[in-house]
Amino acid sequence: MTIQCPTPKHEEEVVLLGHGAGGRLTAELLDELVLPALDGAPGPLEDAALLPGYRELVMSTDSFVVSPLFFPGGDIGSLAVHGTVNDLAMRGARPLALSVSLIVEEGLPLAELRAVLTSLGKAAQAAGVPVVTGDTKVVGRGAADRLFINTTGVGQLHGSLRPSAALARPGDAVLLSGPIGLHGTTVLSTREGLGFESDIASDSRPLHRLVRTLAPIGADIHVLRDPTRGGLAATLNEIARDSSVAVEIEESAVPVPEAVASACDLLGLDPLTVANEGCLVAFVAAGAAGDALAAMRSVDEGSRAVRIGEVLPGGPAGRVTLRTLVGARRIVDMPLGEQLPRIC
Amino acid sequence: MKYLDEYRDPVLARRLLGELRETATRPWRIMEVCGGQTHTLVRQGIDELLPAGMRMIHGPGCPVCVTPLETLDRAMAIAARPGVILTSFGDMLRVPGTDTDLLSLRARGADVRVVYAPMDAVRLAAAHPDREVVFLAVGFETTAPANATAVLQAARLGLTNFSVLVSHVLVPPAMTALLDDPDCEVQAFLAAGHVCAVMGWREYEPIAARHRVPIVVTGFEPLDLLEGILMAVRQLESGRYEVENQYVRAVCRSGNTGAQEAIREVFRVTDRAWRGIGALPDSGLELAEEYQEFDAAKRFDVGGLCPVEDPQCIAGAILTGARLPTDCAAYGTRCTPRHPLGAPMVSSEGTCAAFHAAGRTPTRSTA
Repeated sequence: MTIQCPTPKHEEEVVLLGHGAGGRLTAELLDELVLPALDGAPGPLEDAALLPGYRELVMSTDSFVVSPLFFPGGDIGSLAVHGTVNDLAMRGARPLALSVSLIVEEGLPLAELRAVLTSLGKAAQAAGVPVVTGDTKVVGRGAADRLFINTTGVGQLHGSLRPSAALARPGDAVLLSGPIGLHGTTVLSTREGLGFESDIASDSRPLHRLVRTLAPIGADIHVLRDPTRGGLAATLNEIARDSSVAVEIEESAVPVPEAVASACDLLGLDPLTVANEGCLVAFVAAGAAGDALAAMRSVDEGSRAVRIGEVLPGGPAGRVTLRTLVGARRIVDMPLGEQLPRIC
Repeated sequence: MKYLDEYRDPVLARRLLGELRETATRPWRIMEVCGGQTHTLVRQGIDELLPAGMRMIHGPGCPVCVTPLETLDRAMAIAARPGVILTSFGDMLRVPGTDTDLLSLRARGADVRVVYAPMDAVRLAAAHPDREVVFLAVGFETTAPANATAVLQAARLGLTNFSVLVSHVLVPPAMTALLDDPDCEVQAFLAAGHVCAVMGWREYEPIAARHRVPIVVTGFEPLDLLEGILMAVRQLESGRYEVENQYVRAVCRSGNTGAQEAIREVFRVTDRAWRGIGALPDSGLELAEEYQEFDAAKRFDVGGLCPVEDPQCIAGAILTGARLPTDCAAYGTRCTPRHPLGAPMVSSEGTCAAFHAAGRTPTRSTA
C-alpha cells in the first residue's frame, strides 16, 4: 500500500463567502484588513459601541442580506429591526431610534417590497422604537440579491448595566435565554427546499425587554451577547478571548430543539455553530446567577432560560470546552467560515 | 419513539462504558471504518474513555478524504469552463486540489453549487437547457443509489446537458486490503451502518471468516458506538469472529435490494485509486457501458492533469489507521482546517478535522 498525500496550493487573494460567516475567517478579515484601515480603537469588538462624548448613548449598525426574504418565523424586514435592537440591547441599552437603508434590485415585485416594509414597520412599532431616517437605492438586475437592508440604531444605557465581552470573570455563571439553532436551520431549510419547513421556525425577536429585566442586577451582569452568525460556539470563543478566561459548558444543558438536532444531523452541521436571532448568552457573577435566571424567566423571551456552564477558575485563557454527554471533555473551536453540509 | 434523545442518553452511555470496562481484559484494537463514526467518537470523547490500552483505529471511511486528487483537479478544470454548472455536496467544495479548491474557484466566478441530493442536479439541468450541469458523484455505497437514480432520471428525461464525474469507492475491498497488510493492527471492525443499510452485511461474512475478525454493523449515535464496541469486545474476549448487527433499527442482512438494483443497473465495478492510499483492485464504481453518455470525464476533454503529492503530509497513514493525526508534524501547525494540506483535515468526517475540532493535541490524544 503506497502512502502519499497531495500538496494543495492556496489562493486567497479574493473574498470568500466564508469571510462573512462570523467565524475565524471573519475575524481574520476584520483584524487584518478592516480595522487597520479604519484605525479602530484597540479592545474587544462589541455588538454596539459607546458613542464618544456621550456617556449614556450606544450605537450599532447591521446589514441584512438574508435569502429567502421570507421564512417561517420572520422575514428580512422584521429581522432588520430585531438584529439592530438586539445589538443595542447586548450593550445594556434600550433602543431610541433606527435608520433604515434599502438597496433594492431592479425587478423586485413591489408587492414583496411592500410586504417586507410593512413587516419592518410593525416590528419597529412592536419594539417601541421609531424609524427616524432612511435611504433607498435601486441597483441593476444582478447587482444585488433582490433586497438588502441596513439598519442603524441609537440606544440609551439602562442604569448601571455595563456589559462588555471583556468583562467575564472566573466563577461567572453562563446563562442562555433559550433554545439554539432555530434561525440558521430554518433559513437553510427554506432556501434549499429541504422539506422540513413546517417543523421549524426562526427565533427572530427583539431581546431588549429581556435585557431590561436584567437591569436591576446591574454590574453583576458582566457580558451579554446574542449568538448570531457563527452561533454559540463563535460567541463563547469571542467572549473567552476578549475576557482572557476559560469557559466550560455542559452539552446536556444546552437546549437544542429536536427539529434543529434532526436538521443538523441531516445536513452534517453542528448546532453550536448555527445562527440564532432570538436568544442571548449572559455571563453573570455567581452570586447573582439565580436572580438573573429568575428575571430572564419572567418574560416570554427568556421563559426557557438555563444555566449552561461557567467560567473556570483557571485554565488557558481564550479556551472554550464542552463536557460531552458521556462525560469526556472537548474543545469547542471557533468555526472556520461557511457551514458546508457534509456528504452523507 | 423520540428521534435522537434515546441514543444520546448520558446515563445509559456511562452504564455501557462501565460494562465495557468490566468486559475488556486486553488492550483490543478496533477500527471504525466510517468517518461519521470517527466524528461521533472524537466529538463525544468516547475514545478517551475506553478501558486502559484499548484503542479505536480511525479507518479510511471518509468519502471526501479518499477521492483522488486527479478527480478533484478534473472537476475544477470542468468547473472553470464557460457554460458549466458544477454541483456537489457541500464538503467537497473545500477539499484542496493541486492548485485550488472549488470554493476559491467559485469566488473567482465559476458556477459551483452545493446540492443536497443528486436529483437536484438533474432538476438544475432540466431548468437550464443552455448550460452543462455536472454532478461530482463521490462516496461509498451509501451515496451510489441516489447517484444511480439521478442518472436513470436524466436518461428518462432525455437530458443531454447532464453528466456525472464518478468516483465511487467500495468498503469491503478496502477492509480486505487493510487486513492483507502484514502490519495491520486491526482486531475487529465497526462496519458503517448506512453502507450496510444499502448493501446488507453478506459481503462481510467471508471477510470475518477468512481473517478471523469480528465485524459489528454499527450506527452513528453515541450509544450506537458504545454498544457496537461492546459487542466487538465480547466477540474478541470469547474468541468469536462473526458479523453481528448493532444497528437493527436500520439494517437487515440483505440490505435494500431496490437500491442495489439501481447501482447494478447504472454502475460497474472497477479498479479505483484512493487518495492517500493508492490503487485497490475492484474497489470502485464507474458508469456502465449503457450510460457512458453521462460520463463527464468523457464529455469534457480537460487535457493532461498533473496532480502533485506532498511527502510531508501523512494522510495515507492516517486513512489506514497506521498513524494518528497528532503524529503528523504538520498537524495543527502547517495543516489546519483553515489551511488543510490533506483531505482528512477538510471534511468534517476526516480524522484530522475531527481531532482538530475536538482540540486534540499530541499530549492529549490517546493511543
